[in-house]
Amino acid sequence: MFFTSYEFIGFIAALFLLYYRIPKKYQWMLLLAASYVFYFMAGADALIYILVTTVTTFFTACKIEENETRQKIYLKEKKEELTREEKKEYKDGQKKIRFRWLIFCILLNIGILAVVKYANFAISNVNDILDAVGKKQQISYVTLILPMGISFYTFQAVGYLIDVYRGTCAAEKKLLRFALFVSFFPQLIQGPISRFGNLSKTLYKEHFFEGKTVAYGLQRMLWGYFKKMVIADRILAGVNTIICDTSTYNGAYIFVGMIFYTIELYADFTGGIDITIGIAETMGIQMEENFIRPYFSKSLKEYWQRWHISMSSWFRDYIFYPVSVCKPMLNLLKFSKKQLGDRVGKRLPVYVSSFLVWLATGIWHGASWNFIVWGLANWIILMISEELEPWYEKFHKRFSVKGKMSFRLFQIGRTFLLICILNLFDCYTSLADTFGMIRSMFTAQNWQILWDGSLLSLGLMALDYGILTVSVTSLIAVSLFQRSGSVRDQIAAKSYPIRFCAWYGLFLLVLLLGVYGIGYDASQFIYNRF
Amino acid sequence: MKQKTEYGKKAVLSIAAVGISLFLLQRLLVPKYVDDVVEGAFIREYYKEEKDFDVIFVGDCEVYENFSPAVLWRDYGINSYIRGSAEQYIWQSYYILEDTLRYEMPKAVIFNVQSLQFENAQSEAYNRMTLEGMKWSPSKVNAIRASMKPEEQFLDYVFPLLRYHTRWSELTSSDFAYLFRTKRVSHNGYYMRVDVKPAENVPEGRPLKDYSFGENAWKYLDLMRELCKKNDIQLILIKAPSLYPHWYDQWDEQVADYAGKYDLAYLNFLELADEIGIDYSKDTYDAGLHMNLSGAEKLSGYLGAYLTEQAGMKNRKGEEKLCEIWEEKLEAYEEEKQRQYQFYGIKEDFNERSSCD
Repeated sequence: MFFTSYEFIGFIAALFLLYYRIPKKYQWMLLLAASYVFYFMAGADALIYILVTTVTTFFTACKIEENETRQKIYLKEKKEELTREEKKEYKDGQKKIRFRWLIFCILLNIGILAVVKYANFAISNVNDILDAVGKKQQISYVTLILPMGISFYTFQAVGYLIDVYRGTCAAEKKLLRFALFVSFFPQLIQGPISRFGNLSKTLYKEHFFEGKTVAYGLQRMLWGYFKKMVIADRILAGVNTIICDTSTYNGAYIFVGMIFYTIELYADFTGGIDITIGIAETMGIQMEENFIRPYFSKSLKEYWQRWHISMSSWFRDYIFYPVSVCKPMLNLLKFSKKQLGDRVGKRLPVYVSSFLVWLATGIWHGASWNFIVWGLANWIILMISEELEPWYEKFHKRFSVKGKMSFRLFQIGRTFLLICILNLFDCYTSLADTFGMIRSMFTAQNWQILWDGSLLSLGLMALDYGILTVSVTSLIAVSLFQRSGSVRDQIAAKSYPIRFCAWYGLFLLVLLLGVYGIGYDASQFIYNRF
Repeated sequence: MKQKTEYGKKAVLSIAAVGISLFLLQRLLVPKYVDDVVEGAFIREYYKEEKDFDVIFVGDCEVYENFSPAVLWRDYGINSYIRGSAEQYIWQSYYILEDTLRYEMPKAVIFNVQSLQFENAQSEAYNRMTLEGMKWSPSKVNAIRASMKPEEQFLDYVFPLLRYHTRWSELTSSDFAYLFRTKRVSHNGYYMRVDVKPAENVPEGRPLKDYSFGENAWKYLDLMRELCKKNDIQLILIKAPSLYPHWYDQWDEQVADYAGKYDLAYLNFLELADEIGIDYSKDTYDAGLHMNLSGAEKLSGYLGAYLTEQAGMKNRKGEEKLCEIWEEKLEAYEEEKQRQYQFYGIKEDFNERSSCD
């Protein structure tokens, strides 16, 4: 069931009607049932995977918390009897036990993810190596189903487990309630990766029908559908034309293609998240924001603080921080300080930790070298920017450009183009194609295609360009309005006829300009494949 | 209380505004099938008729372009109607017949067997042209279900606006002119063409791997036969004399066997073409695919005689009310003929007769 299918809209409508009619204490159970129905419809075979993750994470978290509680009771009881050293020894022993539980469960779940998602990628690389060393033997590929949303729910479950281990959140005591946290259906398609501490605040609460909350949720969904169906799925034709034929479409076409793709990615992903958050909102559930106007970022670092926030914060909290303070890294810090001096030495472990984070981010995005190189390219640019920071500062002071509107616009434009180029790694399936296309863009002789009508041969007509121009301008305008507060609040403050015209007008735009129906190849949300 | 009334007012006004605007949008965006692809209008025109027909034709273009109910009335007093549409599949013909029987009980049903070759719907556009014209009934629901291609959605038939939402960019003056009204485009389901394009170099049929008709096709022919039997209606199978798409001998044998097995009449007009006097250099407007007016009137003349002599159809020209209806219809028929003769620059050689002489 895609978000854009009639079945999904019917499913949501039926669920919504039931949700506010049943006794409030059963609402979360209804959501759990709905989530499993949703998951079942995406493939009954995949249910086993989400069940294993749910059950193992739930019991491990309970076990960890139980151990922690037992430790506290024991220490309280033996407060007078044990020496300080004995207490420490006992604590360390218990911590080791908890750590073993934690590692076992993480390895199991990440292992499942690794096998179903990366087994064939690994086999392909082994085969390449065997081929390179002249061995004729090849390993056969395996046929495994890739359960929907496995990366999202695995990360969510692992995050929860680490939080329980760290004591930043209490373990959920009821298996079914925890099952809802892992499987909550709106976020299964493409995230966000929710934190238990945040989502559980409203997920299990009893919700009464509130006109404003429901209206806001529906408005958010409508805006999401506008982004997905009017912009992303329309521009998709142009993107596909360009990336599917590298021999015809190169040079300046790549410049056009990367901008198209960057617009599509934004409209598709943020549109999907708007629908997700909107659905939850109609049922009184608050989810975290995943984007804060990312294309207005003035640097790549800022971009990653505003794009897919739930993913980048997950990598920061559960990989970067633990790796940065792990024993080998502290040893490296000592070593590098000694060898390279204080100033350079203290930065080396940070760079190594960042490297691991970006390697993991690349791998998480897909089983392909393209994504790995994409992750590492991000890392290199971020590290270079970090190193050049003092030089930037000097430049800003020397030319007094900091804070100037024109310079801010330059920074935004520069960052946007950088993101566009990095996105090319996502477009092409092979590294050779990607680098070839990037090179062709810089050696292009065909810039006339921008004005000689060639762009009309990309599967987009003049009318499509018109619709896209107006729609993307609306996106930018809404983003600008968001700076001064919620756009929905601003519209809600207007008179009823204006509010009605605004939202019904948006509905009609989706209805009439949306790309759907016969001839429309129901394209998945891009982040669905992760 | 006052606030509640205020909310109520807003809700009623909003619902009304949404309902009216969506209704108007849907009316505007659905194809009107009046000036361009008129085939899409045939099925719906039936509902405007005084439903008292002796003979109902069901089938694809091989019925609505090859037989003229006007001639059957004019020459034999047989009141007939063609419920045919472009590439109308056999399951659609069955459900359209079922739909027809909700309104009347004809004495005979004539089914053109060309569509037996299809097991599944081939084109969404043709599905639309046939099914959209049907009035909502269980027959229509079943017809849609039986016809839908994998990429089609039932909801698109319930709310055609969802299907035609992109037509706003191709609207013509017809879409506005026929927003709330329509005009007749057929003559009792007959699509008239007077122009001539001789049949030359008609391609031979490609050899097929398997000449057997599929299970689905037979199933609906059985259902049609049983429906007719249950309602005491004669089922007459015909194959119109269209030279293309090719009608294979192996197909013909299967139909002849079926007709023999169930004691049904089967007229293969391809074999009767010489006897009827079909001249493929003059009687077709598209190189042998379909008859033009001249060919259709020859065929109808032959069929009228058959229906009178072999199927026991009575001449109803003595019925005053029917005569009045046909008087008007024949007038429109003649007018259209003259208009087309003029348009194509063809000299008329048709002897006009009164509708009730």
